[in-house]
Amino acid sequence: MAEKKIRVLVAKPGLDGHDRGAKVVARALRDAGMEVIYTGLRQTPEMIAEAALQEDVDVVGLSVLSGAHMALAPRIMELLHANGQTHVKVFIGGIIPDEDLIRLKEMGVTGVYGPGASTDDIIRDIQETVTG
Amino acid sequence: MTTTQSILNGDRLALARLLTKIENNAPEGRDALIELFPHTGKAHLIGVTGAPGTGKSSLVNQLALHYRKVEDKKIAILAVDPSSPFTGGAVLGDRVRMRDLSGDEKVFIRSMATRGSLGGLAQSTANMTQAFDAAGFDMVIVETVGAGQSEVDIARLAHTTLVVEAPGLGDEIQAIKAGILEIADILVVNKGDRPGVENTEKALKSMLELAHPTERIFRHHGVAMKAETPKQNTNKNLWIPPIQRTISTEGVGISELADLIAKHATHLRSGEGWSARERIRLQVEIEALIQESLMNQFRQDTSKEKYDEVFEKVFQRNISPWEAVKMLMNGRLK
Repeated sequence: MAEKKIRVLVAKPGLDGHDRGAKVVARALRDAGMEVIYTGLRQTPEMIAEAALQEDVDVVGLSVLSGAHMALAPRIMELLHANGQTHVKVFIGGIIPDEDLIRLKEMGVTGVYGPGASTDDIIRDIQETVTG
Repeated sequence: MTTTQSILNGDRLALARLLTKIENNAPEGRDALIELFPHTGKAHLIGVTGAPGTGKSSLVNQLALHYRKVEDKKIAILAVDPSSPFTGGAVLGDRVRMRDLSGDEKVFIRSMATRGSLGGLAQSTANMTQAFDAAGFDMVIVETVGAGQSEVDIARLAHTTLVVEAPGLGDEIQAIKAGILEIADILVVNKGDRPGVENTEKALKSMLELAHPTERIFRHHGVAMKAETPKQNTNKNLWIPPIQRTISTEGVGISELADLIAKHATHLRSGEGWSARERIRLQVEIEALIQESLMNQFRQDTSKEKYDEVFEKVFQRNISPWEAVKMLMNGRLK
């Protein structure tokens, strides 16, 4: 009886201490039947990639409100790839200007969500990317 | 390279993926475990259990830090948190307390959700510890969920079981109830800086004295006089669970706790204890696999129509569940 669950790492890289958004998303994903590994605040890209590896997740969800997303996201993607986790999809939520949104997507970030994004959309996007 | 070879060589990604397959009960996981089994039996398995909020994760974090700093051991941590009974989802938050261990190659932390089925959980926990054992981890620490049957299951799995208590959670009556306290090899009173810690320790101590009367020493004119003690209690090989006070947020009492764990391992190895626990664990595992195989066999042998038909009779109160089982088992039931 194989039982596959979508596993998501929810992490807050960088130095901002606002994790309400990350917690709301974690809770919503849980209610959608996913297994969410929550790592807490102030994670370095190395810590996040390491946790993603150990937990063998399908998705890494980053919450960035500090404006450092253009530095943090590429570094995390690079580390995930270096670890052989090329299949892991990266999603970002936070305060992301429109011009960065395009660049992040070009870098291979799967989904970007700003203030007011609906958790239903996030859930649907994750389910679609993971289960295809 | 095969999965087995990669894991024996210390490939962390291969290990992480195998753990997922084991958890999903996928056939590839089972095949790899068959190959890895001869490489198991070396790790010291430590179970950590206790009520929610007693500080299990923080304690595991400190203990692992201690093992890394002082003894340079390879540590695997399997942290279990509950799944929602309604959606099947879970938030696994034990890593939040274990951030000090991040970035250390010789530490591997894996979070795991209970996924509802109790028997299944015990089985996948056992199998995941086997994978860690084969991968060369010296210590495998399993942190259970806060409550429930799994607390007792952990004692069947682990060589050394720590039961974590904290002040203010219960009185002497809680301490003499059967269950969780009985499985402890070591009792930890965490949050030792909180008021009421003496009372908690006292309650645990009196509970232990009822269970394991210690050698009584009477004082007579200031000279210790040994009293006659019942024969079974003079057995030198009797392990009496020690009580260790800790403050895991500050690391207080951790090296003492590590010493007690080492002492317990020595105690088990000096007698039959270690192999007795190995036997129990493997027996439990075989029995669980037999149950699962029989259930699978039953599902194969019984058509859904037949099952539904019989179930409907039970639902209409025409036959009892027991009679239904007899019918479904086709007279295989003696």
